[in-house]
Amino acid sequence: MYISRLYIYMFPRAYITQNWQHIHHLGLSRNTTRLPCLDRMAGKQNDLAEALVRSGLRAELMPQHVALVLDGNRRWAQARGFTTPEGHEAGGVALRKIVELSCAFGIRAVTVFGFSQENFRRPQASSHSSIRSMISVLTEEVDYIMELIERLIRDNMDLFMREEIQVHVVGDPSRRPASLQDAAREAEEMTRSHSRYHLILAICYSGRWDIVQACRELATKVQDKLLRPDDIDESMLAGHLATNVLGDQLGCPDLLIRTSGELRLSNFLLWQSAYSELYFTDTLWPDFGEDEYIKALKAFQSRERRFGQRKVM
Amino acid sequence: MATPLSYPSSDPHMFPICSRDNWLSLTVSMEGFLTSCSPSVNPKIEKPEDMVKTGVLARFQNFLRKCLIAVISYGPMPNHIAFIMDGNRRYAKCRSIQQGAGHRVGFFAVVANLLYCYEMGVKYMTVYAFSIDNFKRDPKEVQSLMQLMEEKINEVLEKQSVIDKLNCKVNFWGNLELLREPARLAAQKLMASTAGNTGPVLSVCIPYNSTSEIVNAVSEVCAERREMLQGERDGDCNGQAANSGVHPEISVADLDRHMYSAGCPDPDIVIRTSGETRLSNFLLWQTTFSHLQNPDTLWPDFSFRHLVWAVLQYQRAYPHLEQNRNLAKKQL
Repeated sequence: MYISRLYIYMFPRAYITQNWQHIHHLGLSRNTTRLPCLDRMAGKQNDLAEALVRSGLRAELMPQHVALVLDGNRRWAQARGFTTPEGHEAGGVALRKIVELSCAFGIRAVTVFGFSQENFRRPQASSHSSIRSMISVLTEEVDYIMELIERLIRDNMDLFMREEIQVHVVGDPSRRPASLQDAAREAEEMTRSHSRYHLILAICYSGRWDIVQACRELATKVQDKLLRPDDIDESMLAGHLATNVLGDQLGCPDLLIRTSGELRLSNFLLWQSAYSELYFTDTLWPDFGEDEYIKALKAFQSRERRFGQRKVM
Repeated sequence: MATPLSYPSSDPHMFPICSRDNWLSLTVSMEGFLTSCSPSVNPKIEKPEDMVKTGVLARFQNFLRKCLIAVISYGPMPNHIAFIMDGNRRYAKCRSIQQGAGHRVGFFAVVANLLYCYEMGVKYMTVYAFSIDNFKRDPKEVQSLMQLMEEKINEVLEKQSVIDKLNCKVNFWGNLELLREPARLAAQKLMASTAGNTGPVLSVCIPYNSTSEIVNAVSEVCAERREMLQGERDGDCNGQAANSGVHPEISVADLDRHMYSAGCPDPDIVIRTSGETRLSNFLLWQTTFSHLQNPDTLWPDFSFRHLVWAVLQYQRAYPHLEQNRNLAKKQL
């Protein structure tokens, strides 16, 4: 064991090159030429291999699609004596870090549950002034979060361009403010040609809404006599869901991580998470860093996935 | 079938029920059921005559259980618990018995947990018995499971099972067309004969996939809409085109109505035994606000104490769950 460690420290590059054959999805051969772009790709491959070796993860067992539920910003802020907006800002910083890490580990798709439809609390007519003030605070928080998401999209464009991430924004467009819609559209257009990694931001999204809107589209097609109700099957319905942008291979998350100790799905990716491994952690989202992420990935890699075929369930 | 099973000495499933003469009086009232000083029953034994066991220890266990239930009833109790029954084969391997026998012991665990749930006041219980994906498994195993199902349904129909004594309503959720003819007929007959029962509701998901349930609901909703439009067009002599815009949009409630679980409340707790943390295509639509739990116990070992622990964990998370549920009622 010590001899092999000595070998790694003395000849790091040789050790890393031996692991290249495991990294299938990058599609590079061992012998790279001296072209600068290939040097850059080789550099990235080196980074990936180093990252994997350092963290003890195995490349062939890496999930292709990870879904994240960002929970706990407010509680994190309260615990540290910050204000709620600062908690959300810290959440944004943590998100950027996790997206960078995902690219470093070679995870092709990341879906982020930014804001649910349940988070919208509509102000109701009430004569009680404290309730009204509470409701106005909550609507302010909603406005702040929308503005923060828009800022995050614009500020992280450099990351998206550098790592060749294609950005998709899914969710109910009628609930989003116009400026966020514009930012989302711009980001999608600028990153349309990227195909290496995918980032889906689920804003004003809910799993049931997704299925209902797919049902509405199919109902319209049935009414227009383009198809019969009996023809509707799973793949057709899946094709109308919002996460269809990733296609069949990547559409369903392999791993769904939920922070802050909540043991629920909360209406996120209902259909797509049928066979996902769920990972629940008590850490609050702004504290979810590299160590926690590696722990989650290691837990995923140690699980045996059967998809209902080798056991009863 | 007749492989002698070796049961552990401390039987987790000893359950007190009145003596055979009084079994019919069980259905009269739950209070009578709970307060009767009764001999204990081992539901794992096949013949009804052998099921009744008397003993001081059994009565003491009965008393302890009632005390425990009374204590936990002070907190909010779940109305509907769903089980993903994982671990039958591993149980059989551990105990060195035949694999088919693992599923049989699993069935006894279903009955026992149904009785415990009934005693606790949990009215609805759902079990994930067989997935559509499981048809791809070893044909012998699939066949033995189907035979087990037919056998147990026939027992209930012939009034020989404990389930029947409870005035239990049995539902079968799933695409029954995929089952063989005798199994399907037996299931439909059982559903029809227990449709009017007012006791606990046991829903058996066989063969079930949540995605196919949703697809089924979607196609039914589409067909319904088409017929609605057709009916309007036929009845509308003057052909006013503006009519098509007046329909309300398809909503969550429309899909809810066409799910297999229409009429049943959503599960409060989903328990997946044997420690795996995934839903495996089970009740995806209905478990939005359910508390997910995954104890490491294998399904045949899942007994009263595990159920109590599950309920206690649910009670701990209850305030938060309720808050989110109330919020979601106003939204999609």
